[in-house]
Amino acid sequence: MAQGSLLKLDDYRQVAPRGVIDFLMRIGERLRGKRLVHVSASRYGGSVVEVLNRVVPILNDLGVETTWEITIGGADFDQVGRAVVKALAGTEQVITETMLARLRETSAENARRLNLEADLVMVHDAAPLCLVEQRAAAGRWVWRCHHDLSTAQPQLWSTLRPVVQRYDAAVFSLARFAAPLSIPRFIVYPSIDPLSERNREMTRAEQAGQMDRLRVPRDKPILLQVGPFERQHDPLGVINAYRLVKKHHDVRLVLAGPPPAPGGDVLSDVQEAAGQDPDVSVIVLPPDPQLELNALERSATIAIQKPLKADFTIEVAAAMWKGKPVIGTIAGGIPFQMVVNVTGYTVETVEGAAFRVRQLLSNPEMIGRMGAAGREHVRRNFLVTRHLSDYLALLAHLTR
Amino acid sequence: MSPNEPFVFLGCLELNELLPNEAHDARELLDQLGKVPVESIFCHTSAALLHRPVLAEAYPNDFSLWVGTEVRDVRLAERLAGIDPFHAGSMERVREELIATISDHLQHLGTAPPRSQGKRFRFFQLHLVPVPTGHQARTLAEFRDALAEVDVSALFYHTIEARYRAGRGRGDFAEWIAGALGQAELADRLAHIDPHAGSLERIRDRHLSVLSDAIAEGAS
Repeated sequence: MAQGSLLKLDDYRQVAPRGVIDFLMRIGERLRGKRLVHVSASRYGGSVVEVLNRVVPILNDLGVETTWEITIGGADFDQVGRAVVKALAGTEQVITETMLARLRETSAENARRLNLEADLVMVHDAAPLCLVEQRAAAGRWVWRCHHDLSTAQPQLWSTLRPVVQRYDAAVFSLARFAAPLSIPRFIVYPSIDPLSERNREMTRAEQAGQMDRLRVPRDKPILLQVGPFERQHDPLGVINAYRLVKKHHDVRLVLAGPPPAPGGDVLSDVQEAAGQDPDVSVIVLPPDPQLELNALERSATIAIQKPLKADFTIEVAAAMWKGKPVIGTIAGGIPFQMVVNVTGYTVETVEGAAFRVRQLLSNPEMIGRMGAAGREHVRRNFLVTRHLSDYLALLAHLTR
Repeated sequence: MSPNEPFVFLGCLELNELLPNEAHDARELLDQLGKVPVESIFCHTSAALLHRPVLAEAYPNDFSLWVGTEVRDVRLAERLAGIDPFHAGSMERVREELIATISDHLQHLGTAPPRSQGKRFRFFQLHLVPVPTGHQARTLAEFRDALAEVDVSALFYHTIEARYRAGRGRGDFAEWIAGALGQAELADRLAHIDPHAGSLERIRDRHLSVLSDAIAEGAS
């Protein structure tokens, strides 16, 4: 199979629901010649970038002339951009008039530099948001917000809301993430790429090699939570749930996440809590840990996602794609990716998580059944092919 | 539909638009049901099929699902689940039935209606963009073979969208088989497949089963 950027739409025929690839090709014929520009603040890191890396070449294959532009600016611009993203996502920041002026100036400079002539310009996230202030009369503009705006810092949002309303539409990942706006608001769920290194099929030998490198034995059922070592992802709660399970079942717990940001992390608490138990593995993942996560998810028996507050948490779909039942909280996008009681369970407490894990471990046939149902659910609703279809629908609808 | 006219399978792109209307309890739901565009009623009843997993016990429309799982008013959820767009005739009629059912329930409740324990109900509107799938058929066998292959959105477009929003008779499949192939009885059997009984893939399977039986019996 072709890998990386060599992948063609036809490669997805083996994993997409029947009829989908031919249909996407027909849609491409209908939209052939339209021009679409994506704009983001970075070409590296994160699920947004992963999706664009895949979607942009495929859209071009389909005949939709698609480019991906990156806004650039000095270190201060990057800093302001990051602060604005955090503030809109609900983490209190100090953002001064001077900082906002810098954001606007740099956006204006980028607007002069970038080729933004297109039938549809899709601006991703907050850092390049102000580009729209320089928009030309022709073409339609969409703001693609990947974060939860429901708890945005009020003062900042009241400043930026009129900017957002200069777009023709806004796209959110979930209805509960959307803020009230005078422009149309559309909902497009995030997706996973089933052929990426993170999600592609893996041989048992390759999987075993990765697990050996991560020093996780495969001698007992594995409970896995993938997520940052932050309080809001509740890794300590997961350890407590594991301890309740451990009274009845001989299992391992793996907590895997990126290196914590400076300050405010709970990694040391987690390591201390896990320190005396050889069946708990705390793994700080290397940069770009696609294969490591793939192997961990494939080796897991049950995936847990127990954040107290979350974004869409597409890790749920990634685990379901690998045939794993998911026990998750109702935070962010977690319950929207599951069919409750069919592909997994939603829980609200440590005790609830432990109870559901025990229930599954005591009824192993349910693990297989839920895992298979989860994979099919993801196939129909959370693959990048569906994401492509949504972006083509936006292009067709807004440029009709 | 004239004789010998091929059947052209259209799929559809869908785009979900979030409307500003919301409800936290049955009274607010009733209030909003009178205000939202009829396309929103379609989106939350017939079009709920677009994403429904195969789940026998699931409520058949978004209103009953929300009342049952979030408001936890099982009596009202069951009554809303009984509203059948398959027999209602039009989306405005479905709206009237929803409003009448909730009004009657609230009248007999005697207390303030319970609030949602979790999510509020958010109203959506569905935009569909029809696109040819590239499949077409002139005979029953070609029709069956194409139906087995097309994107599942074609099932939605020709059975649900055609029948409940666009008002195209008994749905495009039945209309073509009666009109172009002159097979009225087979058309009737297809038109009686209840689209609200399961997922779109299940509807596809039921159509294929009826068509294969007809072909085996000698229809062409």
